[in-house]
Amino acid sequence: MDRVILHSDANCFYASVEMLHRPELRNVPMAVGGDPAARHGIVLTANYPAKRRGVKTGMALWQAREVCPEIQFTSPRMDLYLRFSAMLREMYGEYTDRIEPFGCDEAWLDVTESADLKGDGEKIAHELNRRIREELGITVSVGVSYNKIFAKLGSDYKKPDAVTTMYREEFKGKIWRLPASDLLYVGPSTKRKLLKLGIGTIGGIAETDPRILEQHLGKMGGILWAFANGYDTSPVRVENTHAVIKSIGNSVTTPRDLLNEEDVKLVLYVLSESVASRLKKNGFRCRVVEISVRDNGLFSFTRQKKLEQSTDIVREIAENAMALFRENYSWKAPIRSIGVRGAELVTAEFSDQLSLFSDPEYRRKQHRADEAVDDLRRRFGFYSVQRGIMLTDGALSHIDAEEDHTVHPQGYFGQ
Amino acid sequence: MVSTYSLKVYVEVMAVFTPEGRLIPKTITWEDGRVYQIDRVTDVRRACSLKAGGTGLRYTCVISGKTTHLFYEDDNKWFVERKTASV
Repeated sequence: MDRVILHSDANCFYASVEMLHRPELRNVPMAVGGDPAARHGIVLTANYPAKRRGVKTGMALWQAREVCPEIQFTSPRMDLYLRFSAMLREMYGEYTDRIEPFGCDEAWLDVTESADLKGDGEKIAHELNRRIREELGITVSVGVSYNKIFAKLGSDYKKPDAVTTMYREEFKGKIWRLPASDLLYVGPSTKRKLLKLGIGTIGGIAETDPRILEQHLGKMGGILWAFANGYDTSPVRVENTHAVIKSIGNSVTTPRDLLNEEDVKLVLYVLSESVASRLKKNGFRCRVVEISVRDNGLFSFTRQKKLEQSTDIVREIAENAMALFRENYSWKAPIRSIGVRGAELVTAEFSDQLSLFSDPEYRRKQHRADEAVDDLRRRFGFYSVQRGIMLTDGALSHIDAEEDHTVHPQGYFGQ
Repeated sequence: MVSTYSLKVYVEVMAVFTPEGRLIPKTITWEDGRVYQIDRVTDVRRACSLKAGGTGLRYTCVISGKTTHLFYEDDNKWFVERKTASV
């Protein structure tokens, strides 16, 4: 029996969440991105009115304004989007436990087992589509098929707020006439090579001898041929050890330049507290710590370091950041801004390799101490409890760290 | 260009937890301090409010014979939709 696979794609995800919360942005061209006040950054997501005017993801804000002068920009609020991403997953969870997120706004669902109970794939897709619109106030496009690749093509087929089926008997009509570049893993370079072979559509790939494709594209040629014919059998991976975002960081331009290691240590602790607290809030731990440093001559660098064990402990993040700093900075000039970032995020389901040289009991205690501090701060205010080092310089310890996340697309074949 | 008034009004709510663990709002305190008794909750479901801009558990409340939606957001705040767009 064929599997029943859905691919659900939240339309203009960040922009939709913003439009839900800010009705005044709903019917005007708008985009989420950068920092409009500081006049830099790029478009992360544009809504449909802006897209129709030619605004594209990845454009610099000034370029977007050039093609669409009346566009409104709004700064990203990642924590809000992550909350919506979690609500989406919760809803998917009512239909199946086989959910594979692809970034924070897309997911594959294998509903083969629940199709009997809840109706066929198309019915579930329509129900999801309607419930997300009514309950969360954003829209999704859902593709229904018997493999992941066609399900994804289905969710791309009609946007926004739509359901498209890509069943065995219909994919030749619907999918084969699409441009080859719509297929996952056909980028500009592959597209060029295919065009040289006279192949412009997905159907063209499907009907070419796979040996010819492999000759010109290597191993990928065979894979693309299988994708185009619907021979993709990769399972929907129950994947919950990787976080939906890749890193969480905080950076700050300090009120005065940092002159010595003591200053740096204080600021790194403030930033690490914030990073650790946000990691915990989302249930993540990081496996890499990264620092970024910029001196007052605007020379800047970033360095990162892999940790033995994943962590959300303030002290471990701060000490690793400090070690990175000591190894890499020679104090040619005072420092203007500095940042700490936790990367390679994993969720609570991830298990570390135990280490001979770490003390799990001690780490557990530190984790609980950090949690207690977070809880005290939540109840009695941020400054109700502080580290001793914060008292050495009031101005530096009261800095307002700027939030920063990176969201990278994941690979289809996993890590 | 961006209008400054909001149709989303966060309100103070008195609510009870039943022994079964259900959360039921009893009174709403409006911006101007007036307190409204909620006579009955006729429906509870997850829903978004396009008018106010937000999503949460939507309580359909009967207050003095009139039906009003009261929303409980996932950050533990209650809001209602403003009836008229008074600028």
